[in-house]
Amino acid sequence: MAALVLAEHDNRRLRAPTLSAVTAAGRMGGDVHLLVVGRDCGQVASQAAQVAGVSKVLVADGPHLGDELAEGVAEQLAAAAAGYSHVVAAATSFGRNVLPRAAARHDSAPVSDIIAVLAADTFARPIYAGNAIATVQCAERIKFVTVRPTSFEAAPAQGGAAHIESVPVLADTGLSSFVSREVVKLDRPELQGAKVVVSGGRGLGSAENFKLLEKLADRLNAALGASRAAVDAGYAPNDWQVGQTGKIVAPDLYLAVGISGAIQHLAGMKDSKVIVAINKDADATIFQVADYGLVADLFEALPQLIELLA
Amino acid sequence: MKILVGVKRVVDYNVKVRAKSDGSGVDIANVKMSMNPFDEIAVEEAVRLREAGLASEVVAVSCGVAQCQETLRTALAIGADRAILVQTDLELQPLAVAKLFKALVDREQPQLVILGKQAIDDDASQTGQMLAALAGMGQATFASKVVIADGQARVTREVDGGLETISVRLPAVVTTDLRLNEPRYVTLPNIMKAKKKPLETLTPAQLGVDAAPRLKTLRTVEPPVRKAGIRVPDVATLVQKLRDEAKLIP
Repeated sequence: MAALVLAEHDNRRLRAPTLSAVTAAGRMGGDVHLLVVGRDCGQVASQAAQVAGVSKVLVADGPHLGDELAEGVAEQLAAAAAGYSHVVAAATSFGRNVLPRAAARHDSAPVSDIIAVLAADTFARPIYAGNAIATVQCAERIKFVTVRPTSFEAAPAQGGAAHIESVPVLADTGLSSFVSREVVKLDRPELQGAKVVVSGGRGLGSAENFKLLEKLADRLNAALGASRAAVDAGYAPNDWQVGQTGKIVAPDLYLAVGISGAIQHLAGMKDSKVIVAINKDADATIFQVADYGLVADLFEALPQLIELLA
Repeated sequence: MKILVGVKRVVDYNVKVRAKSDGSGVDIANVKMSMNPFDEIAVEEAVRLREAGLASEVVAVSCGVAQCQETLRTALAIGADRAILVQTDLELQPLAVAKLFKALVDREQPQLVILGKQAIDDDASQTGQMLAALAGMGQATFASKVVIADGQARVTREVDGGLETISVRLPAVVTTDLRLNEPRYVTLPNIMKAKKKPLETLTPAQLGVDAAPRLKTLRTVEPPVRKAGIRVPDVATLVQKLRDEAKLIP
Protein backbone atom coordinates (compact mmCIF):
# COMPACT_ATOMS: atom_id res chain seq x y z
CA MET A 1 0.00 0.00 0.00
CA ALA A 2 1.38 3.37 -0.97
CA ALA A 3 -0.06 6.72 -1.92
CA LEU A 4 1.10 8.93 -4.77
CA VAL A 5 0.43 12.62 -4.20
CA LEU A 6 0.34 15.02 -7.16
CA ALA A 7 2.41 18.07 -6.26
CA GLU A 8 1.08 21.51 -7.10
CA HIS A 9 3.70 24.15 -7.85
CA ASP A 10 4.79 26.94 -10.19
CA ASN A 11 8.02 25.26 -11.28
CA ARG A 12 9.86 27.18 -8.57
CA ARG A 13 7.96 26.58 -5.35
CA LEU A 14 5.71 23.88 -3.98
CA ARG A 15 2.24 25.24 -3.17
CA ALA A 16 0.81 24.90 0.35
CA PRO A 17 -2.24 22.73 -0.49
CA THR A 18 0.17 19.95 -1.48
CA LEU A 19 1.29 19.72 2.15
CA SER A 20 -2.32 19.10 3.24
CA ALA A 21 -2.64 16.41 0.58
CA VAL A 22 0.50 14.75 1.99
CA THR A 23 -1.06 14.67 5.48
CA ALA A 24 -4.26 13.13 4.12
CA ALA A 25 -2.29 10.58 2.09
CA GLY A 26 -0.36 9.63 5.21
CA ARG A 27 -3.62 8.59 6.87
CA MET A 28 -4.48 6.16 4.09
CA GLY A 29 -1.84 3.69 5.31
CA GLY A 30 1.51 3.04 3.69
CA ASP A 31 4.28 5.15 2.19
CA VAL A 32 3.68 8.54 0.67
CA HIS A 33 5.40 9.50 -2.57
CA LEU A 34 5.17 12.84 -4.40
CA LEU A 35 4.91 13.26 -8.17
CA VAL A 36 6.24 16.53 -9.54
CA VAL A 37 5.23 17.26 -13.14
CA GLY A 38 6.62 20.44 -14.63
CA ARG A 39 9.21 22.23 -16.74
CA ASP A 40 12.68 23.00 -15.27
CA CYS A 41 11.18 22.08 -11.92
CA GLY A 42 14.26 20.68 -10.15
CA GLN A 43 13.86 23.23 -7.33
CA VAL A 44 10.38 21.92 -6.62
CA ALA A 45 11.62 18.34 -6.56
CA SER A 46 14.22 19.32 -3.94
CA GLN A 47 11.58 21.00 -1.79
CA ALA A 48 9.31 17.99 -2.21
CA ALA A 49 12.07 15.70 -1.00
CA GLN A 50 12.25 17.63 2.27
CA VAL A 51 8.57 17.35 3.14
CA ALA A 52 8.14 15.29 6.30
CA GLY A 53 6.49 11.97 5.67
CA VAL A 54 7.44 11.71 2.00
CA SER A 55 9.75 8.80 1.19
CA LYS A 56 10.13 9.20 -2.59
CA VAL A 57 9.80 11.97 -5.16
CA LEU A 58 9.09 11.18 -8.82
CA VAL A 59 9.83 13.89 -11.35
CA ALA A 60 8.52 14.28 -14.89
CA ASP A 61 10.29 17.34 -16.30
CA GLY A 62 9.30 18.16 -19.87
CA PRO A 63 9.04 21.21 -22.16
CA HIS A 64 5.27 20.82 -22.62
CA LEU A 65 4.57 20.19 -18.94
CA GLY A 66 5.25 23.64 -17.54
CA ASP A 67 1.79 25.24 -17.61
CA GLU A 68 -0.38 22.79 -15.63
CA LEU A 69 -2.35 21.73 -18.71
CA ALA A 70 -4.62 18.85 -17.70
CA GLU A 71 -3.94 16.55 -20.63
CA GLY A 72 -0.17 16.35 -20.10
CA VAL A 73 -0.24 16.24 -16.31
CA ALA A 74 -3.03 13.63 -16.20
CA GLU A 75 -1.13 11.38 -18.64
CA GLN A 76 1.96 11.48 -16.43
CA LEU A 77 -0.15 10.90 -13.31
CA ALA A 78 -2.01 7.99 -14.91
CA ALA A 79 1.27 6.43 -16.01
CA ALA A 80 2.86 6.83 -12.59
CA ALA A 81 -0.24 5.56 -10.75
CA ALA A 82 0.28 1.91 -11.58
CA GLY A 83 1.26 0.05 -8.44
CA TYR A 84 -0.12 2.58 -5.98
CA SER A 85 -3.16 1.95 -3.80
CA HIS A 86 -4.05 5.64 -3.63
CA VAL A 87 -3.55 8.67 -5.88
CA VAL A 88 -4.14 11.94 -4.06
CA ALA A 89 -4.34 15.61 -4.98
CA ALA A 90 -5.48 18.73 -3.17
CA ALA A 91 -8.98 19.84 -4.21
CA THR A 92 -7.71 23.04 -5.79
CA SER A 93 -8.65 24.15 -9.30
CA PHE A 94 -5.51 22.31 -10.48
CA GLY A 95 -6.18 19.07 -8.56
CA ARG A 96 -9.84 19.03 -9.53
CA ASN A 97 -8.95 19.60 -13.17
CA VAL A 98 -6.36 16.82 -13.38
CA LEU A 99 -7.23 14.01 -10.98
CA PRO A 100 -10.59 12.86 -12.46
CA ARG A 101 -8.98 12.73 -15.91
CA ALA A 102 -6.26 10.42 -14.61
CA ALA A 103 -8.88 8.36 -12.71
CA ALA A 104 -10.90 7.78 -15.87
CA ARG A 105 -7.76 6.47 -17.59
CA HIS A 106 -7.77 3.75 -14.91
CA ASP A 107 -11.55 3.19 -15.07
CA SER A 108 -11.63 4.23 -11.43
CA ALA A 109 -14.40 6.22 -9.71
CA PRO A 110 -12.71 9.11 -7.88
CA VAL A 111 -13.80 10.58 -4.53
CA SER A 112 -13.76 14.38 -4.50
CA ASP A 113 -13.09 16.90 -1.78
CA ILE A 114 -12.76 14.59 1.23
CA ILE A 115 -12.69 16.15 4.69
CA ALA A 116 -11.60 13.04 6.60
CA VAL A 117 -9.94 9.68 6.08
CA LEU A 118 -11.87 7.10 8.10
CA ALA A 119 -10.11 4.02 6.74
CA ALA A 120 -7.92 3.18 3.74
CA ASP A 121 -11.11 2.77 1.69
CA THR A 122 -13.55 5.06 3.52
CA PHE A 123 -13.80 8.82 3.38
CA ALA A 124 -16.12 11.60 4.57
CA ARG A 125 -17.11 14.27 2.09
CA PRO A 126 -19.58 17.16 2.00
CA ILE A 127 -22.60 17.08 -0.33
CA TYR A 128 -25.41 19.55 -1.02
CA ALA A 129 -23.19 22.57 -0.36
CA GLY A 130 -21.99 21.02 2.90
CA ASN A 131 -25.51 20.62 4.31
CA ALA A 132 -24.82 16.93 4.70
CA ILE A 133 -21.70 14.83 5.15
CA ALA A 134 -21.54 11.49 3.35
CA THR A 135 -19.34 8.58 4.41
CA VAL A 136 -18.24 6.99 1.17
CA GLN A 137 -16.58 3.60 0.65
CA CYS A 138 -14.41 3.10 -2.42
CA ALA A 139 -13.56 -0.43 -3.55
CA GLU A 140 -11.51 0.60 -6.59
CA ARG A 141 -8.10 -1.04 -6.99
CA ILE A 142 -6.46 2.37 -7.25
CA LYS A 143 -8.34 4.97 -5.21
CA PHE A 144 -8.22 8.47 -6.72
CA VAL A 145 -9.00 11.10 -4.10
CA THR A 146 -8.96 14.90 -3.90
CA VAL A 147 -8.70 16.40 -0.44
CA ARG A 148 -10.04 19.64 0.99
CA PRO A 149 -6.91 21.52 2.12
CA THR A 150 -8.61 23.20 5.09
CA SER A 151 -9.45 19.80 6.58
CA PHE A 152 -5.89 18.54 6.82
CA GLU A 153 -2.97 20.30 8.52
CA ALA A 154 -0.02 20.98 6.31
CA ALA A 155 2.76 18.41 6.68
CA PRO A 156 6.00 20.07 7.87
CA ALA A 157 8.01 21.35 4.90
CA GLN A 158 11.24 20.18 6.51
CA GLY A 159 12.35 16.97 8.08
CA GLY A 160 12.05 14.62 5.14
CA ALA A 161 14.94 13.24 3.09
CA ALA A 162 13.32 11.47 0.18
CA HIS A 163 15.05 9.91 -2.79
CA ILE A 164 14.38 11.78 -6.09
CA GLU A 165 13.81 9.74 -9.23
CA SER A 166 13.08 10.81 -12.82
CA VAL A 167 10.21 9.15 -14.66
CA PRO A 168 9.76 8.98 -18.44
CA VAL A 169 8.24 12.08 -19.99
CA LEU A 170 5.42 11.14 -22.35
CA ALA A 171 4.90 12.79 -25.73
CA ASP A 172 2.83 15.96 -25.93
CA THR A 173 -0.78 14.99 -26.74
CA GLY A 174 -1.13 18.21 -28.74
CA LEU A 175 -4.70 18.53 -27.51
CA SER A 176 -4.24 21.88 -25.84
CA SER A 177 -1.88 24.81 -25.52
CA PHE A 178 -1.35 27.52 -22.96
CA VAL A 179 -2.18 31.08 -24.01
CA SER A 180 -1.95 33.40 -21.01
CA ARG A 181 -2.48 33.83 -17.31
CA GLU A 182 -3.81 36.77 -15.29
CA VAL A 183 -2.60 36.25 -11.77
CA VAL A 184 -2.57 39.25 -9.52
CA LYS A 185 0.04 38.85 -6.82
CA LEU A 186 -1.21 40.83 -3.84
CA ASP A 187 0.95 42.09 -1.04
CA ARG A 188 -1.07 40.12 1.48
CA PRO A 189 -1.69 36.47 2.47
CA GLU A 190 -3.31 34.19 -0.08
CA LEU A 191 -6.96 33.47 0.54
CA GLN A 192 -6.59 29.69 0.52
CA GLY A 193 -4.55 29.25 3.70
CA ALA A 194 -4.89 32.65 5.40
CA LYS A 195 -5.37 32.91 9.16
CA VAL A 196 -7.58 35.97 8.82
CA VAL A 197 -10.00 36.72 6.00
CA VAL A 198 -11.89 39.96 5.43
CA SER A 199 -14.73 39.27 3.04
CA GLY A 200 -17.14 41.66 1.32
CA GLY A 201 -20.57 41.20 -0.14
CA ARG A 202 -22.95 43.09 -2.36
CA GLY A 203 -23.49 45.55 0.50
CA LEU A 204 -20.17 47.18 -0.35
CA GLY A 205 -21.84 48.63 -3.41
CA SER A 206 -18.82 49.17 -5.64
CA ALA A 207 -15.29 48.10 -6.46
CA GLU A 208 -14.15 51.46 -5.04
CA ASN A 209 -15.71 50.61 -1.69
CA PHE A 210 -13.85 47.34 -1.57
CA LYS A 211 -10.77 49.50 -0.97
CA LEU A 212 -12.17 50.10 2.53
CA LEU A 213 -11.88 46.38 3.08
CA GLU A 214 -8.31 46.47 1.86
CA LYS A 215 -7.44 48.96 4.59
CA LEU A 216 -9.05 46.72 7.19
CA ALA A 217 -7.26 43.70 5.76
CA ASP A 218 -3.97 45.59 6.00
CA ARG A 219 -4.54 46.21 9.72
CA LEU A 220 -5.25 42.54 10.32
CA ASN A 221 -2.70 41.14 7.84
CA ALA A 222 -5.66 39.42 6.27
CA ALA A 223 -6.53 37.93 2.92
CA LEU A 224 -9.44 39.36 0.96
CA GLY A 225 -12.55 37.40 0.06
CA ALA A 226 -15.90 38.12 -1.54
CA SER A 227 -19.36 36.69 -1.95
CA ARG A 228 -20.55 35.50 -5.35
CA ALA A 229 -22.87 38.50 -5.57
CA ALA A 230 -19.96 40.90 -5.15
CA VAL A 231 -17.90 39.13 -7.81
CA ASP A 232 -20.82 38.94 -10.25
CA ALA A 233 -21.37 42.67 -9.75
CA GLY A 234 -17.74 43.33 -10.61
CA TYR A 235 -16.71 44.61 -7.17
CA ALA A 236 -14.10 41.89 -6.72
CA PRO A 237 -12.15 39.49 -8.96
CA ASN A 238 -13.30 35.87 -9.34
CA ASP A 239 -10.46 34.38 -7.32
CA TRP A 240 -11.73 36.19 -4.21
CA GLN A 241 -15.00 34.25 -4.28
CA VAL A 242 -15.68 32.19 -1.18
CA GLY A 243 -18.43 29.60 -1.36
CA GLN A 244 -19.75 26.26 -2.59
CA THR A 245 -18.46 26.85 -6.07
CA GLY A 246 -15.59 29.17 -5.14
CA LYS A 247 -12.93 28.72 -2.48
CA ILE A 248 -13.48 26.85 0.76
CA VAL A 249 -11.69 28.59 3.63
CA ALA A 250 -11.35 27.92 7.35
CA PRO A 251 -9.35 30.78 8.87
CA ASP A 252 -9.03 31.60 12.56
CA LEU A 253 -11.06 34.75 11.90
CA TYR A 254 -13.56 35.42 9.10
CA LEU A 255 -15.01 38.91 8.89
CA ALA A 256 -18.12 38.98 6.72
CA VAL A 257 -18.92 42.55 5.75
CA GLY A 258 -22.16 43.32 3.93
CA ILE A 259 -22.72 39.62 3.26
CA SER A 260 -26.23 38.23 3.76
CA GLY A 261 -25.17 34.61 4.30
CA ALA A 262 -26.70 32.57 1.50
CA ILE A 263 -26.37 28.76 1.89
CA GLN A 264 -23.85 28.67 -0.92
CA HIS A 265 -21.63 31.27 0.77
CA LEU A 266 -21.81 29.58 4.17
CA ALA A 267 -20.63 26.38 2.51
CA GLY A 268 -17.32 28.11 1.87
CA MET A 269 -16.63 29.58 5.32
CA LYS A 270 -18.66 27.93 8.07
CA ASP A 271 -15.64 26.00 9.31
CA SER A 272 -13.88 29.22 10.27
CA LYS A 273 -12.91 29.30 13.96
CA VAL A 274 -14.47 32.67 14.66
CA ILE A 275 -16.98 34.42 12.41
CA VAL A 276 -17.73 38.12 12.71
CA ALA A 277 -20.61 39.61 10.73
CA ILE A 278 -21.27 43.27 10.01
CA ASN A 279 -24.57 43.90 8.25
CA LYS A 280 -27.27 46.52 8.54
CA ASP A 281 -30.00 43.88 8.15
CA ALA A 282 -30.64 42.38 11.59
CA ASP A 283 -32.36 39.40 9.99
CA ALA A 284 -29.49 38.49 7.66
CA THR A 285 -28.84 34.73 7.76
CA ILE A 286 -25.14 35.35 8.38
CA PHE A 287 -25.98 36.26 11.98
CA GLN A 288 -27.09 32.67 12.56
CA VAL A 289 -23.50 31.49 12.22
CA ALA A 290 -21.63 34.54 13.49
CA ASP A 291 -19.89 34.37 16.85
CA TYR A 292 -19.97 38.14 17.02
CA GLY A 293 -22.64 39.99 15.09
CA LEU A 294 -22.77 43.73 14.64
CA VAL A 295 -25.92 45.19 13.14
CA ALA A 296 -24.62 48.41 11.68
CA ASP A 297 -24.08 50.37 8.51
CA LEU A 298 -20.76 49.06 7.25
CA PHE A 299 -19.82 52.50 5.92
CA GLU A 300 -19.87 53.76 9.51
CA ALA A 301 -18.53 50.63 11.17
CA LEU A 302 -15.57 50.02 8.85
CA PRO A 303 -13.81 53.36 9.36
CA GLN A 304 -14.32 53.01 13.14
CA LEU A 305 -12.90 49.50 13.06
CA ILE A 306 -9.92 50.57 10.96
CA GLU A 307 -9.16 53.36 13.38
CA LEU A 308 -9.44 51.20 16.51
CA LEU A 309 -7.07 48.65 15.02
CA ALA A 310 -4.39 51.16 14.09
CA MET B 1 -20.74 22.05 -35.76
CA LYS B 2 -22.90 19.93 -33.47
CA ILE B 3 -22.86 20.64 -29.74
CA LEU B 4 -23.82 18.09 -27.09
CA VAL B 5 -24.93 19.60 -23.77
CA GLY B 6 -25.46 17.69 -20.54
CA VAL B 7 -28.25 18.68 -18.16
CA LYS B 8 -28.78 17.16 -14.72
CA ARG B 9 -31.98 17.18 -12.70
CA VAL B 10 -31.02 18.21 -9.16
CA VAL B 11 -32.60 19.53 -5.98
CA ASP B 12 -33.30 23.23 -6.55
CA TYR B 13 -30.52 25.46 -5.21
CA ASN B 14 -32.92 27.29 -2.87
CA VAL B 15 -33.87 24.15 -0.97
CA LYS B 16 -32.10 23.73 2.36
CA VAL B 17 -31.29 20.04 2.25
CA ARG B 18 -31.22 18.07 5.51
CA ALA B 19 -29.74 14.69 6.34
CA LYS B 20 -32.28 12.14 7.56
CA SER B 21 -31.95 11.32 11.25
CA ASP B 22 -31.46 7.61 10.57
CA GLY B 23 -28.32 8.30 8.54
CA SER B 24 -29.74 6.72 5.41
CA GLY B 25 -29.49 9.76 3.18
CA VAL B 26 -30.84 13.24 2.61
CA ASP B 27 -34.50 14.09 2.86
CA ILE B 28 -35.54 15.15 -0.60
CA ALA B 29 -39.04 13.74 -0.73
CA ASN B 30 -41.33 16.22 -2.49
CA VAL B 31 -38.69 18.93 -2.80
CA LYS B 32 -38.52 21.15 -5.85
CA MET B 33 -36.21 19.79 -8.56
CA SER B 34 -34.57 21.97 -11.19
CA MET B 35 -31.91 21.95 -13.85
CA ASN B 36 -28.44 22.17 -12.30
CA PRO B 37 -27.56 25.91 -12.51
CA PHE B 38 -24.23 25.23 -14.24
CA ASP B 39 -26.08 23.19 -16.87
CA GLU B 40 -28.45 26.09 -17.60
CA ILE B 41 -25.32 28.09 -18.34
CA ALA B 42 -24.11 25.24 -20.59
CA VAL B 43 -27.34 25.17 -22.61
CA GLU B 44 -27.33 28.96 -22.89
CA GLU B 45 -23.75 28.94 -24.20
CA ALA B 46 -24.53 26.27 -26.78
CA VAL B 47 -27.63 28.10 -27.98
CA ARG B 48 -25.68 31.37 -28.26
CA LEU B 49 -23.04 29.61 -30.36
CA ARG B 50 -25.77 28.35 -32.67
CA GLU B 51 -27.37 31.79 -32.84
CA ALA B 52 -23.96 33.22 -33.77
CA GLY B 53 -23.81 30.80 -36.68
CA LEU B 54 -20.94 28.78 -35.19
CA ALA B 55 -23.01 25.66 -34.55
CA SER B 56 -25.76 23.97 -36.53
CA GLU B 57 -27.39 21.84 -33.86
CA VAL B 58 -27.61 21.68 -30.08
CA VAL B 59 -28.47 18.30 -28.59
CA ALA B 60 -29.41 18.21 -24.90
CA VAL B 61 -28.73 15.02 -22.95
CA SER B 62 -29.88 13.95 -19.52
CA CYS B 63 -29.35 10.66 -17.68
CA GLY B 64 -31.60 9.28 -14.99
CA VAL B 65 -35.21 8.75 -14.06
CA ALA B 66 -38.14 9.38 -16.39
CA GLN B 67 -38.80 12.81 -14.83
CA CYS B 68 -35.55 14.03 -16.38
CA GLN B 69 -37.75 14.62 -19.40
CA GLU B 70 -38.89 17.82 -17.68
CA THR B 71 -35.31 19.00 -17.45
CA LEU B 72 -34.81 18.22 -21.12
CA ARG B 73 -37.97 20.14 -22.04
CA THR B 74 -36.50 23.13 -20.23
CA ALA B 75 -33.31 22.74 -22.27
CA LEU B 76 -35.39 22.60 -25.42
CA ALA B 77 -37.27 25.70 -24.31
CA ILE B 78 -33.97 27.55 -23.80
CA GLY B 79 -33.21 26.67 -27.40
CA ALA B 80 -31.74 23.18 -27.78
CA ASP B 81 -32.88 21.50 -31.02
CA ARG B 82 -33.46 17.98 -29.79
CA ALA B 83 -33.04 15.94 -26.67
CA ILE B 84 -31.91 12.50 -25.57
CA LEU B 85 -32.87 10.89 -22.27
CA VAL B 86 -30.78 7.93 -21.14
CA GLN B 87 -33.30 6.46 -18.78
CA THR B 88 -32.40 4.37 -15.75
CA ASP B 89 -33.40 4.09 -12.10
CA LEU B 90 -29.86 3.15 -11.11
CA GLU B 91 -27.96 5.50 -8.82
CA LEU B 92 -25.84 7.25 -11.41
CA GLN B 93 -22.37 8.37 -10.41
CA PRO B 94 -20.01 10.56 -12.47
CA LEU B 95 -17.93 7.72 -13.97
CA ALA B 96 -21.06 5.99 -15.31
CA VAL B 97 -22.41 9.28 -16.66
CA ALA B 98 -19.08 9.96 -18.36
CA LYS B 99 -19.33 6.53 -20.03
CA LEU B 100 -22.88 7.17 -21.16
CA PHE B 101 -21.80 10.48 -22.64
CA LYS B 102 -18.82 8.80 -24.32
CA ALA B 103 -21.21 6.37 -26.00
CA LEU B 104 -23.33 9.30 -27.19
CA VAL B 105 -20.25 11.17 -28.38
CA ASP B 106 -19.39 8.13 -30.51
CA ARG B 107 -22.93 8.09 -31.85
CA GLU B 108 -23.47 11.83 -32.41
CA GLN B 109 -19.89 12.96 -33.20
CA PRO B 110 -20.24 16.46 -31.74
CA GLN B 111 -17.41 18.98 -32.12
CA LEU B 112 -18.08 20.35 -28.66
CA VAL B 113 -19.49 18.93 -25.45
CA ILE B 114 -20.51 21.43 -22.80
CA LEU B 115 -21.21 20.29 -19.24
CA GLY B 116 -21.61 22.15 -15.96
CA LYS B 117 -18.45 22.27 -13.85
CA GLN B 118 -20.20 20.55 -10.95
CA ALA B 119 -23.64 19.40 -9.90
CA ILE B 120 -24.92 21.16 -6.80
CA ASP B 121 -26.09 17.89 -5.25
CA ASP B 122 -22.92 15.78 -5.22
CA ASP B 123 -20.51 18.72 -5.74
CA ALA B 124 -18.17 16.19 -7.41
CA SER B 125 -16.83 18.17 -10.38
CA GLN B 126 -15.61 15.06 -12.24
CA THR B 127 -17.86 14.18 -15.19
CA GLY B 128 -16.46 16.59 -17.79
CA GLN B 129 -12.86 15.70 -17.01
CA MET B 130 -13.59 11.96 -17.14
CA LEU B 131 -15.55 12.21 -20.37
CA ALA B 132 -12.67 14.08 -21.97
CA ALA B 133 -10.26 11.31 -20.95
CA LEU B 134 -12.54 8.51 -22.17
CA ALA B 135 -13.15 10.27 -25.48
CA GLY B 136 -9.48 11.20 -25.97
CA MET B 137 -10.42 14.88 -26.09
CA GLY B 138 -8.91 18.00 -24.64
CA GLN B 139 -10.68 19.65 -21.73
CA ALA B 140 -11.31 23.24 -20.69
CA THR B 141 -12.91 23.30 -17.26
CA PHE B 142 -14.35 26.16 -15.17
CA ALA B 143 -14.84 28.26 -18.30
CA SER B 144 -15.76 31.92 -17.97
CA LYS B 145 -15.33 32.70 -21.67
CA VAL B 146 -15.39 30.52 -24.79
CA VAL B 147 -14.36 31.66 -28.26
CA ILE B 148 -14.61 29.19 -31.14
CA ALA B 149 -12.43 29.80 -34.18
CA ASP B 150 -10.25 27.81 -36.60
CA GLY B 151 -11.11 24.43 -35.14
CA GLN B 152 -10.08 25.49 -31.63
CA ALA B 153 -11.85 26.61 -28.50
CA ARG B 154 -10.03 29.47 -26.79
CA VAL B 155 -11.23 29.26 -23.22
CA THR B 156 -10.63 31.55 -20.28
CA ARG B 157 -10.79 29.55 -17.07
CA GLU B 158 -11.43 30.63 -13.51
CA VAL B 159 -8.60 29.16 -11.47
CA ASP B 160 -7.41 29.65 -7.90
CA GLY B 161 -4.93 32.38 -8.74
CA GLY B 162 -7.16 34.32 -11.13
CA LEU B 163 -7.77 33.63 -14.79
CA GLU B 164 -5.94 31.56 -17.34
CA THR B 165 -6.57 31.20 -21.06
CA ILE B 166 -5.90 27.99 -22.94
CA SER B 167 -6.64 26.78 -26.42
CA VAL B 168 -8.07 23.29 -27.00
CA ARG B 169 -8.39 21.54 -30.31
CA LEU B 170 -11.92 20.57 -31.32
CA PRO B 171 -13.63 18.22 -30.56
CA ALA B 172 -13.28 19.11 -26.91
CA VAL B 173 -15.11 19.12 -23.58
CA VAL B 174 -15.83 22.42 -21.87
CA THR B 175 -17.27 22.73 -18.36
CA THR B 176 -19.02 25.94 -17.39
CA ASP B 177 -18.32 28.24 -14.50
CA LEU B 178 -20.77 30.79 -13.07
CA ARG B 179 -19.72 33.83 -15.04
CA LEU B 180 -19.68 32.28 -18.52
CA ASN B 181 -23.08 33.78 -19.28
CA GLU B 182 -26.43 34.69 -17.79
CA PRO B 183 -29.07 32.22 -19.00
CA ARG B 184 -32.12 33.71 -20.68
CA TYR B 185 -35.59 33.50 -19.17
CA VAL B 186 -37.63 30.77 -20.78
CA THR B 187 -40.60 32.34 -22.54
CA LEU B 188 -44.04 30.74 -22.84
CA PRO B 189 -43.92 30.53 -26.66
CA ASN B 190 -40.59 28.69 -26.36
CA ILE B 191 -42.02 26.30 -23.79
CA MET B 192 -44.84 25.52 -26.23
CA LYS B 193 -42.42 25.08 -29.11
CA ALA B 194 -40.29 22.78 -26.95
CA LYS B 195 -43.14 20.29 -26.63
CA LYS B 196 -42.88 19.57 -30.34
CA LYS B 197 -39.12 19.14 -30.47
CA PRO B 198 -37.83 15.53 -30.65
CA LEU B 199 -37.00 13.74 -27.41
CA GLU B 200 -35.51 10.28 -27.79
CA THR B 201 -35.27 7.79 -24.93
CA LEU B 202 -32.46 5.24 -24.69
CA THR B 203 -31.19 2.89 -21.99
CA PRO B 204 -27.64 2.30 -20.75
CA ALA B 205 -27.88 -1.26 -22.13
CA GLN B 206 -28.65 0.08 -25.61
CA LEU B 207 -25.50 2.19 -25.35
CA GLY B 208 -23.49 -0.81 -24.15
CA VAL B 209 -22.61 0.82 -20.85
CA ASP B 210 -22.49 -0.72 -17.39
CA ALA B 211 -23.86 2.19 -15.39
CA ALA B 212 -23.84 0.53 -11.97
CA PRO B 213 -22.51 2.68 -9.12
CA ARG B 214 -18.97 2.03 -7.85
CA LEU B 215 -18.84 4.09 -4.65
CA LYS B 216 -21.00 3.10 -1.71
CA THR B 217 -22.48 5.67 0.67
CA LEU B 218 -22.44 4.09 4.12
CA ARG B 219 -23.96 6.93 6.09
CA THR B 220 -25.15 10.50 5.68
CA VAL B 221 -25.13 12.87 8.62
CA GLU B 222 -25.61 16.52 9.42
CA PRO B 223 -22.47 18.60 9.64
CA PRO B 224 -21.47 19.95 13.06
CA VAL B 225 -24.00 22.61 13.94
CA ARG B 226 -22.72 26.12 14.23
CA LYS B 227 -24.74 28.13 16.71
CA ALA B 228 -25.14 31.86 16.65
CA GLY B 229 -22.95 33.74 19.11
CA ILE B 230 -23.70 37.16 20.48
CA ARG B 231 -24.65 40.52 19.09
CA VAL B 232 -22.30 43.36 19.92
CA PRO B 233 -23.72 46.88 20.23
CA ASP B 234 -20.86 48.76 18.63
CA VAL B 235 -17.45 48.55 17.00
CA ALA B 236 -15.62 49.25 20.25
CA THR B 237 -17.23 46.23 21.91
CA LEU B 238 -16.44 44.09 18.89
CA VAL B 239 -12.77 45.02 19.07
CA GLN B 240 -12.68 44.41 22.81
CA LYS B 241 -14.24 40.95 22.38
CA LEU B 242 -11.85 39.99 19.59
CA ARG B 243 -8.92 41.18 21.65
CA ASP B 244 -9.79 39.91 25.15
CA GLU B 245 -12.19 37.01 24.57
CA ALA B 246 -11.26 35.51 21.24
CA LYS B 247 -7.63 36.66 21.51
CA LEU B 248 -7.48 37.08 17.77
CA ILE B 249 -6.03 40.58 17.60
CA PRO B 250 -3.11 42.04 19.55
